[in-house]
Amino acid sequence: MLLGPVIILAAFAYLGVLFAIAYYADQRADAGRPVIANPYVYSLSLAVYATAWTFYGSVGRAASDGIGFLPIYIGPTLMIALWWVVMRKILRISKQNRITSLADFIASRYGKSALLGGIVTVIAVIGILPYISLQLKAVSASYLILVQYPEVVMPPVLGEASVRQDPALWVALLLAAFTIAFGTRHLDAAEHHQGMVAAIAFESLVKLLAFLAVGIFVTFGMYNGFGDLFGRAAAVPKLKAMMTPLEGVAGGYASWVWLTILSMMAIMFLPRQFQVTVVENLDERHLNKAIWLFPVYMLAINVFVLPIAFGGLLHFPEGGVDADTFVLTLPMVEKQEGLALLVFIGGLSAATGMVIVETIALSTMVCNDLVMPVLLRMRSLALNEKPDLTGLLLGIRRGAIVLILLLGYLYFKLAGEAYALVSIGLISFAAVAQFAPVVLGGIFWKGGTRKGALCGLLGGFAVWSYTLLLPALARSGWLPIGLLEQGPFGIALLKPLALFGLSGLDQITHAMIWSMLANIGGYVGVSLVATPSVDEHRQASLFVDVFRQGGEAGGARFWRGTASVPELHSLLARFLGAAAADEAFEEYARSRGRRWRRDPLDADAELVHYVEVKLAGAIGAASARVMVASVVKEEAMTIDEVRTILDEASQVVVYSHRLEQKSRELEAATAELRAANERLKELDRLKDDFVSTVTHELRTPLTSIRAFTQILLEHPQVDAEQRSKFLGIITKETERLTRLINQVLDLSKIESGKAEWRESVLDLRELIGDAVTGMSQVFEERDIKIDVDVPEKATPVRADVDRIIQVMLNLLSNAAKFCEPGRGRIRVALKEEAGALRVEVRDNGPGIDPADQGVIFDKFRQVGDTLTAKPHGSGLGLHISRQIVEHFGGRMWVESRLGEGACFAFTLPHG
Amino acid sequence: MNEKDKAPRFVALCMLGVVLFNFPVLALFNVGGTVLGVPVLYAYIFAAWALLIALMALVAER
Repeated sequence: MLLGPVIILAAFAYLGVLFAIAYYADQRADAGRPVIANPYVYSLSLAVYATAWTFYGSVGRAASDGIGFLPIYIGPTLMIALWWVVMRKILRISKQNRITSLADFIASRYGKSALLGGIVTVIAVIGILPYISLQLKAVSASYLILVQYPEVVMPPVLGEASVRQDPALWVALLLAAFTIAFGTRHLDAAEHHQGMVAAIAFESLVKLLAFLAVGIFVTFGMYNGFGDLFGRAAAVPKLKAMMTPLEGVAGGYASWVWLTILSMMAIMFLPRQFQVTVVENLDERHLNKAIWLFPVYMLAINVFVLPIAFGGLLHFPEGGVDADTFVLTLPMVEKQEGLALLVFIGGLSAATGMVIVETIALSTMVCNDLVMPVLLRMRSLALNEKPDLTGLLLGIRRGAIVLILLLGYLYFKLAGEAYALVSIGLISFAAVAQFAPVVLGGIFWKGGTRKGALCGLLGGFAVWSYTLLLPALARSGWLPIGLLEQGPFGIALLKPLALFGLSGLDQITHAMIWSMLANIGGYVGVSLVATPSVDEHRQASLFVDVFRQGGEAGGARFWRGTASVPELHSLLARFLGAAAADEAFEEYARSRGRRWRRDPLDADAELVHYVEVKLAGAIGAASARVMVASVVKEEAMTIDEVRTILDEASQVVVYSHRLEQKSRELEAATAELRAANERLKELDRLKDDFVSTVTHELRTPLTSIRAFTQILLEHPQVDAEQRSKFLGIITKETERLTRLINQVLDLSKIESGKAEWRESVLDLRELIGDAVTGMSQVFEERDIKIDVDVPEKATPVRADVDRIIQVMLNLLSNAAKFCEPGRGRIRVALKEEAGALRVEVRDNGPGIDPADQGVIFDKFRQVGDTLTAKPHGSGLGLHISRQIVEHFGGRMWVESRLGEGACFAFTLPHG
Repeated sequence: MNEKDKAPRFVALCMLGVVLFNFPVLALFNVGGTVLGVPVLYAYIFAAWALLIALMALVAER
């Protein structure tokens, strides 16, 4: 049994949880460890888009025309696909200019115009009132229905409940108190409300879960799944028609298309969406995930709308139950009081989320763009001289929040009862869509001017008021209904619902066509005719070219004048508080490598611009401009000067881009050429060296052969013993010659890549054994001891047997050569390494000077004094060996110290 | 993916969405009958919507 006190207690408990979350997140933010700095919370906070309209109203809409509720969510999905292009730009602009609201954005773009900011604020507040009233209506209606549990009775119509008993008023006041506590605790120069964002993200989870719970209960609890539900609905002719709703309905597709466009605009320009998407954004990169996570959320919350709508229509066939309440009434008739309470909380979270963010966004606008500019201009108040204005700013915002909620309540009383939830909301959508031309035009078209924006906005808003707001008031009986039926003064052409005779469309489509015509026409037409002022020209360039500007200092180029640092500091302190002002100046000084209050700062254009941007965060761009102008002596720049700076700047940018690119290309080409030249020179030198070394090496044996053959030829009487000794020398020298020539040929083959490699799997243990056996004769001759240390098993490698044998023989013969005969010891070892096998050949010869170790693998390098010692071998062996080992992916090196022998080692990777 | 390459892909996805959720493609599915018990039009819209979001996720996260 649910009773009023139980429901109210649950609602308060829920609000308490919200408040706790917000408090915790604020604490964490103050401690510098924000909980909301991740893309998931960001995506969930965007879901503030789903309000009581989504929670209760979608089902109501679906119950009347099937899929008519879907464009409201498909439109945003399409728009979000463009966010990469559009929203990224808005985010960048807003961060650089400290934009804190939509009004601020538009005012700032069109020359920091206070008038424009004020108009945007008024349009936003009036336009959003129906939307806020919708939330109040939904919450109070859901309470009035739930409190009747277990009866299902529609709430009494307007007038029967006295104002004091009207829950909507209490809801409005409660939400005002709650929002004030949330959003205006302190003044943040960047207008970040981290606690609020955390609470909103939580609310998004609650409303999604509550809605899914009802959906699952209706679909699978009351019916046997989708098939059963839709099957039973199809048996009813009226419901069957809703399954193909697009045919036969007049303007079916037109209305679908316009609703899609309308919600594409709404997702960008609803003040609360601008607040969570742009102002509360902590990191541009969060957009990456939000781009698809937020659409996923919208898809999820819509899956069960149609089943609930059909379930409701089947369950209450005789009518009498408002389709907007099916979400709540279906669990009630099934006696699911827990679920019904959850639905009430879900609806409450949807409504409170919207109201909190929307009123905070609107109150910022009202304060910064409507009230402050006026107060600052009133000389009698002398606000300029007040030391601390933070209290005043917070007071204005709090007042604005209460006022906006009471106005929302008033609208609910005046016009709310006559419409379904979705129809009320769409009126607001159409109002904020009026911002689309000036914002989108403003960031992509430099030609848009302040006068154009004023005309467009006022024209569009006028048509909106005439075709949507006026009929809403007339239908509720506050204006004569004849106004709608016969037109004003009986002029049929001016009928608000069929302006200039355009009929046959639904009300929203009709209003959108005319208001957009007036809006875009006025904006573009007047912009083309009007000449922009200096400020407009500058701001247009800063906004449109935001990705080409060099950060926040971009605006400083356009300022000339004189100012003093203490004056600027005290100005900032008046609006932000002394501590925040000190912090800001410290940050500025640090960025220039100085210390605030220790090193003198220049009150130059950059500092003035910095202060203005900081100030804009607190009081809006237009007011900040006025305030800064009051403490600095500004020299006016003519439009020609600004234009020159802009043109110069953009030309210089283009030129320098081109120049940079050219010089980069040239540099790259030069570097390549230089490298190629170096290589050629090196090769040339190597070839010369090679040729001279080879000829030298060839000449030595040849000389000796020639000498001995000559002796034999000229002295035939040489005795047999002598002769055979000479012939032995000649044979040895020819062998040496042959070996040298073979090695040169081998080397040239390897280096030119023409060598033949026959790869096979081989066991290095066997190979080492063969090589050692092959050399045993030499070892015996020189009386050298050899130890072989191989493991019992070795991982096979892939290589060419003959080549590796060649390497081993080379290393062994080198070792043998350098060992002292009689005392020589050679140790051959095979070791496993990570991914490779290592072979070591260690001797106890004289060792190699570390200075020579780097070069012994070079061609024709031989260690030792070539003047005194006879060279041993050609000087090609180690070079070829290393080439072979490297060919098979291994490496070869030497470890040695003079007097301690040498250890040549190489590795081969596992096969 | 390069940030510059993302922009045209997202624009193309938006256009794909405009085509999928508009006359005449929508009219092709505005017919009687059911898919797995769900009316054809409803099934189509939700499937196409899910597909579009999946493609957006693909482009965004690459």
